[in-house]
Amino acid sequence: MRTIRGLFVLTALCFGAAGCSSIEPWVKPYDRENLADPIMAGRAAISQDFLDHVFESREGSRGATGGAGGGCGCN
Amino acid sequence: MPAKKHERLLRCVITCCALAGLSNYAAAGVLPEDRADILYFKYDGGGVTIDGPSVLVRKSIGEHVSVAANYYIDMVSSASVDVETSASPYEDERTQSSLSMDFLHGKSTYSIGYVNSDESDYKAKTMFAAVSHDMFGDLTTISFAFKNGKNEVFQNVKIDDVKQNNPNFNEGLGFAEMESKSYSVSLSQIITKNLILSGQYEVITDEGWLNSPYRSVRFFIGTDQQGQQPEVYPNTRSSNAASVRAKYFLPWRAAVDGMYRFYTDTWGVLGHTAELGYVHPLDKKFVGGDWIFEGRVRYYTQEAADFYADIFPRADYSNFMARDKELATYGAVTAGVTATYEFKIERFPWLTKGQINLRFDHMQVDYDDFRDARYSLGSFGTVPDEPFAPGTEPLYKLTANIYQLYFSAFF
Repeated sequence: MRTIRGLFVLTALCFGAAGCSSIEPWVKPYDRENLADPIMAGRAAISQDFLDHVFESREGSRGATGGAGGGCGCN
Repeated sequence: MPAKKHERLLRCVITCCALAGLSNYAAAGVLPEDRADILYFKYDGGGVTIDGPSVLVRKSIGEHVSVAANYYIDMVSSASVDVETSASPYEDERTQSSLSMDFLHGKSTYSIGYVNSDESDYKAKTMFAAVSHDMFGDLTTISFAFKNGKNEVFQNVKIDDVKQNNPNFNEGLGFAEMESKSYSVSLSQIITKNLILSGQYEVITDEGWLNSPYRSVRFFIGTDQQGQQPEVYPNTRSSNAASVRAKYFLPWRAAVDGMYRFYTDTWGVLGHTAELGYVHPLDKKFVGGDWIFEGRVRYYTQEAADFYADIFPRADYSNFMARDKELATYGAVTAGVTATYEFKIERFPWLTKGQINLRFDHMQVDYDDFRDARYSLGSFGTVPDEPFAPGTEPLYKLTANIYQLYFSAFF
């Protein structure tokens, strides 16, 4: 439970920092052409989910297989 | 009795994968793009064939809501090494349907979803909620997700040659329950105009019936004979997994990416996963169309669970006993290639882009402490002419081919 509580605190701190921050983005929106290229988009979820399922059904490990947002804001 | 190798933890994973898939697109601050995908897949290896279709549709409703729906069918035909030594081949089918919604509000995306999975001896209902937030000039995205799954486990038997749930399973209850919860935090960070990094940490806790209703362990009787008894697992499991990923845009319009994941759990399993990929588009003046090729290599290794053994010294050797090769010590390499052809159809102006994708992966698994018991126990009741002594059989190796053909439409 301490781990879970720690995750909540970390998340709250990050959200709080975002609210009062004035950090200038060092990669401007007009500099994100390469990051927005379709070859950087990753594999289709329908395909990757199936492959993740194949791996995880044959492995002892599980979790942390991705799913975070790209954060590019390029669309 | 048509016992089958019932990989019950797998069902939990399947559901988690589906949830991850539905939420994969959820980059904070921007709604996912509208698209439809239809996939046919086939896994063939180790005596097991799994194939079926999957359909995923995602559509925006207004400027702030996106809805995704997925329908998936697994058709399994199994004569795996576990099944060969203790039962008869079986066939089964699992259907899964899921629905999720993303709500965009400013720089934040809120997601909720529900998955229902139905199989003759396993039923799972899972919900999830997630929030993602863009910050620092949209260079950083932080996400938090929670999943809760409630599952019911049954045991299939054949009575009068008809497959049905065993009414005497789990001390006469006829079913057993398992609940799974997952908490995850992930962070994605743009480092330069060509490099993006991300990390994720996920805790999963399970409680309830965690072992297979079918699988057995084997044990020594004297020095050269062996017997079998049902597996016994703990009724709780907590795992920690942390991963880091990087993707880099190369100067000649190609991309390279890498991933590492560390895994540990309360059963003593310790896992390392590493993956390297390369994406390369081909100029249409050379190949007559818009082609994208991708190559990928993945390496996985793990140390066995504390209560795993290929063969135990005697019957009832310890409180918990497992002979699931997924809990053994082994290393695995998977190499794959994907070819994607992109096109537009003038007649359908609403179709922004179409894709045809063909993907092939080859998997090789070498077990360090899981022996091929067919050399001593035989196959489907047929004992070898010259059986090996228990514990001296060759180590088991698994090779598998995985095929995927899918169409994607962006609109």
